[in-house]
Amino acid sequence: MQIYFELFMSFFKIGLFGFGGGYAMLPLIRHEVAGAPHNWLSMVDFTDMVAISQITPGPVAINMATYVGYAVSGNIFGALLTTLGVCLPPLIIMLLLAKFYLKFRKNQYIEMAFKTLRPGILGLIAAAALSLMNAHNFIDKASLVIFAAVFVACLCRIHPIKLIILSGVAGLLLY
Amino acid sequence: MNELWQLFWSFFRIGMFTLGGGYAMLPLIQHEVVEKRQWVDSKEFIELLALAQTAPGPMAVNAAVFVGYKRKSLAGSIVATLGMTLPSFMIILFIAMYLIGFRENRYVESFFKGIRPAVVALIAAPLYSLGKAMKISWFGIILAGSVAAAIAFADISPAIMVIVIAALGLCLGIIQKKRKAA
Repeated sequence: MQIYFELFMSFFKIGLFGFGGGYAMLPLIRHEVAGAPHNWLSMVDFTDMVAISQITPGPVAINMATYVGYAVSGNIFGALLTTLGVCLPPLIIMLLLAKFYLKFRKNQYIEMAFKTLRPGILGLIAAAALSLMNAHNFIDKASLVIFAAVFVACLCRIHPIKLIILSGVAGLLLY
Repeated sequence: MNELWQLFWSFFRIGMFTLGGGYAMLPLIQHEVVEKRQWVDSKEFIELLALAQTAPGPMAVNAAVFVGYKRKSLAGSIVATLGMTLPSFMIILFIAMYLIGFRENRYVESFFKGIRPAVVALIAAPLYSLGKAMKISWFGIILAGSVAAAIAFADISPAIMVIVIAALGLCLGIIQKKRKAA
């Protein structure tokens, strides 16, 4: 029973503090699922799930919630709880915003907070990249070459799915 | 009833056919809710984006809640969110139940060895264009760097960092306002 409560609370927290969406939510997800105290996923599992999220439909936070919920509890109920947990805070907050949005739109205090939150979100994304730069994900020099090539290709606006499939094929040829 | 079903179905399609999540989903959401269904006009869509970025959580979920609420109030937002999340939920559940074991396979393993550094690059590369788009200042760069270091090296919870950054913005804003008033 305890584990279901912990799963729900972790993903509720991710939904509540996950500002910036997408990659900006990754360090928060990693903090909750791949590391002390929970250690639900290894760093390699986590990286692989980010990759799987890129090549499957839907937001990465939802994909991650469903996967961790099922993998940890071993049943669909766990997956339902985590997915519900991650959706509930945005649902409540967005409902309030939608209801009062004319008032919120020009609220000066919200604007003040967002002046630092916007660059802060870049920091969150950078943190996700930094914590994944480890010996599990970079196993040899070829890894560095793949990293550099994908980095440049991504700046040239080549689609992420193509890049993932190409680097997977490179992996097949190399390893 | 009919429009609730339409809301569910529209967001189900958005959830089903957008790979990657986040900003990649915007064009499809816009096509579905602005052009095809005309649930919101393009001015409201821009406001929706601003609000979706203000609220925490996945942007696509926020968009679903907003459009659903606008058309059919609470029931609409719940139905739209359900439609949005259901495709990911089913697909990931299928992968977790039946496919994840294949990772032990030699070829799948090699495939993932190639993918892992690529994922890190995919996360890191948008930093440049995002920074440029928001016209980041030196102060912003230092702030972002400190946030990244605090989380990645000192293992401070990102939730705490979010609160600290927002509080910092509030303090700076209030100080600036007082100075102007003085």
